[in-house]
Amino acid sequence: MQKMIQKYFALFALPTLIAFTLAFVVPFIMGIYLSFTQFTTVNDATWVGLDNYIKAFADKDFLNALWFTARFTIVSVVSINVFAFLIALLLTKKVLGTNVFRTIFFMPNLIGGIVLGYIWQLIFNGILYKFDVTLTNDPAFGFWGLVILMNWQLIGYMMIIYIAGIQNVPKEQLEAAKIDGATNGVILRKIILPLVMPSITICLFLSISNSFKLFDQNLALTAGAPSKQTAMLALDIFNTFYGKAGFEGVGQAKAVMFFLMVGIIVIVQLAITRRKEIEN
Amino acid sequence: MDDTQQKRPFLFLFLVVLAVAFLSPILIVLMNSFKGKFFISDAPFVFPNSDTYIGLENYTSGIQKINFFSAFGMSLFITICSVALIVFFTSMTGWYLTRVKTKWASALFYMFVFSMIVPFQMVMFTMTKTANVIGLDNPVGILIIYLGFGSGLSVFLFSGFVKSIPLEIEEAVMIDGGGPPQMFFKVIFPILKPIAITVAILNVMWVWNDYLLPYLIIGTEYKTIPIAVQYLKGGYGSIDMGAMMAMLVLAIIPIVIFYLFCQKYIIEGVVAGAVKG
Repeated sequence: MQKMIQKYFALFALPTLIAFTLAFVVPFIMGIYLSFTQFTTVNDATWVGLDNYIKAFADKDFLNALWFTARFTIVSVVSINVFAFLIALLLTKKVLGTNVFRTIFFMPNLIGGIVLGYIWQLIFNGILYKFDVTLTNDPAFGFWGLVILMNWQLIGYMMIIYIAGIQNVPKEQLEAAKIDGATNGVILRKIILPLVMPSITICLFLSISNSFKLFDQNLALTAGAPSKQTAMLALDIFNTFYGKAGFEGVGQAKAVMFFLMVGIIVIVQLAITRRKEIEN
Repeated sequence: MDDTQQKRPFLFLFLVVLAVAFLSPILIVLMNSFKGKFFISDAPFVFPNSDTYIGLENYTSGIQKINFFSAFGMSLFITICSVALIVFFTSMTGWYLTRVKTKWASALFYMFVFSMIVPFQMVMFTMTKTANVIGLDNPVGILIIYLGFGSGLSVFLFSGFVKSIPLEIEEAVMIDGGGPPQMFFKVIFPILKPIAITVAILNVMWVWNDYLLPYLIIGTEYKTIPIAVQYLKGGYGSIDMGAMMAMLVLAIIPIVIFYLFCQKYIIEGVVAGAVKG
């Protein structure tokens, strides 16, 4: 039967493969090659070796963006997952209107990053106005602004995944533990957390990669102000490509390093948390 | 048991407070969309009063300024068409790559999986150039880019689901004399329906809200809603706050309506997408 299906490659796989090649494979390979060249229009590329990579690391904006992104990712990943897990615990108890609450908490996730950025710009500037400052006076405002924005957006999404995980914990096991006199804390640590580990794996994966790759929210909220101090990696790469003529190669080198960082962090995280998962 | 029951009214109250806090950013924007632009930045948390209320003026001026309805139409066109293309083609590819067990097919499959962890910035510049060179830099061409860049996750999700379909079903159809195309469209695709809905929803959420890809590929000649909203921020960061508030409200309304109608599928889709991922 496999032979029969195989004959229809042109129908079943070719259209997707062509689009995938044009939108991903070719740009990806070209991107790696171009990171070692100096170019402005792709056709005029001249080989410069590791020059772009050296220039990228000499770029203060890039190093600042790297540091900003790392701090932001750690803070927001921890806070998003802690809050999402706690809310999920509350919403798996028998409380009136849990479905309505789930609907409300998830809603921000559907709103696009640009719109989210402007919504929160209004709110933060409204609060800061009382202290005679604005969001772009101090990079700390932009940092915490992004953390709050990201929490608002992603808590609902992660909460849905945690709820699904918590609901999979067998009732008998919880009851048996209660009969044995286990406290709520012990039940949480010894039964719920280990069994919810697959949800933790996926929520960490999603929140790390979303935080690390953040662009739209960053652009709309502060656009990097004051003086690029709140620009994250994705925004810094964008600015290098489209804001500095002659730096396209450096932008591409930054992008390659960005890809390697995202890839390594995500793979390491998956390997660590997968090992902690147990057979359900 | 008794003591949890006693706590429940407080738990309920706590959740109500939290829900109000969660909704307040949207309500604040809604409230401000009816205020004059000079009253928005200094007191955004105050209800509109007789001095500050200006009716629908922000809406009419904002709609004109960014040509909202054309942006809405463009977003709708790109989202519907590219999601339809993605579901149609990647379902076939996901099935094909699962059923055909050659080295070449599995290499291809891993390439799709690999593309899922590659951030957009890695291919941002070269993808834009490729689209320019082969003439995909228009509202129709971008559909192919969306199919290509979105195919990784979708092929992966379909393929995971196909593994759970017993081969016997396909063998039975084969014995009845159906070729692979009839088999796929008449028998397999209907079975794939739940995962097709998941794939469609995850892609709608991505494509509808996407800013950078359409901005770079088709430029500002045809604006989608996120591009039109960003366009309201003029040079040197000056923003017409009144028009901005009104346009944010109009940008939120369609997605909230979509959510309330497909809520069940969206929540299930997120869970299904997460478990497979």
